[in-house]
Amino acid sequence: MLGLISNEGVTVQEHNLDDSPLAVRGLTVSYGQKPAVFSVDMTVTPGAMTAIIGPNGAGKSTLLKAALGIVTPLSGQVTVFGQPLNSQRARVAYVPQRASVDWDFPTRVIDVVLMGLSRELGLLGRLRARHKARAMDCLNRVGMRDFADRQIGQLSGGQQQRVFLARALAQDADLYLLDEPFAGVDAATEKAIIAVLKSLKEAGKTVVVVHHDLATVTDYFDHVFLINTRKVAEGPVAEAFTAETLQSAYGGRLATAQIDQISRALG
Amino acid sequence: MLWDALTLQLGYNATLVAIGATLLGVSAGVTGTFLFLRKRALVSDAISHATLPGVCIAFMVLVALGGDGRNLPGLLVGSAISAWVGLLCMNWLTRRTRLAEDAAIGAVLSVFFGFGIVLLTVIQTMGVGRQAGLEGFLLGSTAGMLWADAVIIALGGALTLALVLIIRRPMTLVAFDPEYAAARGLPVHRIDLAMMGLVMAVTVVGLKIVGLILIVALLIIPAVTARFWSDRSERVVLLAGLAGGLAGYIGAAISASAPNLPTGPIIVLVSFAFFLASLFFAPMRGVLAAVLRHLRFQRRVHIRQGLLALAQGQKIYEPLTLRLLRRAGLVRADGVATDTGKARAAKALRDEKRWEIVRADQAHEATAALYDGLRDIETVLTRDQIDEIDRQIGGPQGIPA
Repeated sequence: MLGLISNEGVTVQEHNLDDSPLAVRGLTVSYGQKPAVFSVDMTVTPGAMTAIIGPNGAGKSTLLKAALGIVTPLSGQVTVFGQPLNSQRARVAYVPQRASVDWDFPTRVIDVVLMGLSRELGLLGRLRARHKARAMDCLNRVGMRDFADRQIGQLSGGQQQRVFLARALAQDADLYLLDEPFAGVDAATEKAIIAVLKSLKEAGKTVVVVHHDLATVTDYFDHVFLINTRKVAEGPVAEAFTAETLQSAYGGRLATAQIDQISRALG
Repeated sequence: MLWDALTLQLGYNATLVAIGATLLGVSAGVTGTFLFLRKRALVSDAISHATLPGVCIAFMVLVALGGDGRNLPGLLVGSAISAWVGLLCMNWLTRRTRLAEDAAIGAVLSVFFGFGIVLLTVIQTMGVGRQAGLEGFLLGSTAGMLWADAVIIALGGALTLALVLIIRRPMTLVAFDPEYAAARGLPVHRIDLAMMGLVMAVTVVGLKIVGLILIVALLIIPAVTARFWSDRSERVVLLAGLAGGLAGYIGAAISASAPNLPTGPIIVLVSFAFFLASLFFAPMRGVLAAVLRHLRFQRRVHIRQGLLALAQGQKIYEPLTLRLLRRAGLVRADGVATDTGKARAAKALRDEKRWEIVRADQAHEATAALYDGLRDIETVLTRDQIDEIDRQIGGPQGIPA
């Protein structure tokens, strides 16, 4: 059970691994010779909203991508609902960073959402009215119903982000992983997205978000995971999101004033 | 003469070539579109040039075994093997070394093609090599096309199309969002390889008609042409097949209508003509449409600015604005607003306020996205909605919308 021992040698088992929607053990990912994520353990709490937080280049997105098998880790294990990832793909929905695709691609909003149904449709399955209805329903949940027939390039950044979220909703998954969904979006989008995520949580789903805005962490999330290549802290916001852990994750990069402000906000 | 060619009345060979070129055009257009959507169009150039060594080696092997060196199936199998090796080399260079894809394409293309040319020269010094006519594979040669050749092209084209139909969804998903595709458990790398394998199949099938140097045009130009006409990937695919098929058919007919017109290059030129027409005349994305849209937009901006200036009693200095307002009968020659002009100006100012409310209200988001500072608000909202907004603004009611 080497994986259950943290770097400091303290046992940190919080949950039974079999229960955890996403459990990562000893994960190391490296681009070239420099590890982006080093020997990280993470145990996501079921039915909670968890924020992955850390400075730029700390490996937040890489951690997510390695957990999903998008990048190949150098070492480490990932289990999803206690099983190997590949057997649980249908239960996992991913919302990539908006900037990762070409928005001039010839496709409409509704077509992007229908991509979320690709598993159900299979290779040759016919696209039926019920599939369309489900996609429209997902667009409705993110407030984008009226945009269904527009080419995706005509959307604003925030609207594009909501279309990506609708595509994930169409999968009807149990675990949602989002990579910086609030980056560069308008306030209306941020509100719409957080409302959807909270409704997912109420429905018993698990949500993990790579997040960059420290000011909103306490409002939006129950759990945090602080990372700076190595794991810094993990746990409920009240315990793991403190001035000390932030100092330790961000080092000199976070102004003392900011930390003071956050610790005041935390009481 | 051209009419006879288009109606397939120029004899057996011309008919075979026309049918073969049409099928090749359709399958190249459809397959090439996925490559284009994946932004890997130039990969096809490397694949096609990598066929040459295979053609030559297959010829040598066939001769050495005592067979006919010109046996088309044999030569095509050879070309497919060397194209596949080229593809794997390129793939390895891109994934395992620090070389970027463009450099890998350049390296594979030139080395394989150079090696092929060396082999070609060697063959020409062989006793049987002189009549081999392998140079025909460079630019295509349809003069001596046989029934069996046409059947191979037809079967190869049909098989490619069937495979494209089967994996079109994963290919589209990988082209649009490879990370998401990987997260869904799709084997992105294998799908890419399958896509390039299909491109390779089209290339091999097309060697006889357009040759390895020009096949890239048949793979890419129809896709680019079709992109001008639609914003939906599945339609782009179909339109590219149509454009490719038409180019193949018309090109083959033109080349059959006069002596000494090479088939492959003529097909490429016809394809290019379609591209040119689309580039200029496509209704949404075409150059002409863009210019017209810009001019119309500029006129609307000037008139709108002019009206707002009139409403606020400011002087208009811009000559174009004045000229446009005068031509529309909104101001008199001396620059004073006419009655229509005054009414329109008041309405414009009112609309600005109404838009302000719409844009501040989250419930109107879809409408607010249409705001461009020019649009008449009654084209996007109902009378009731406008009345509601007017109540929020206050002041005198009943300004016409």
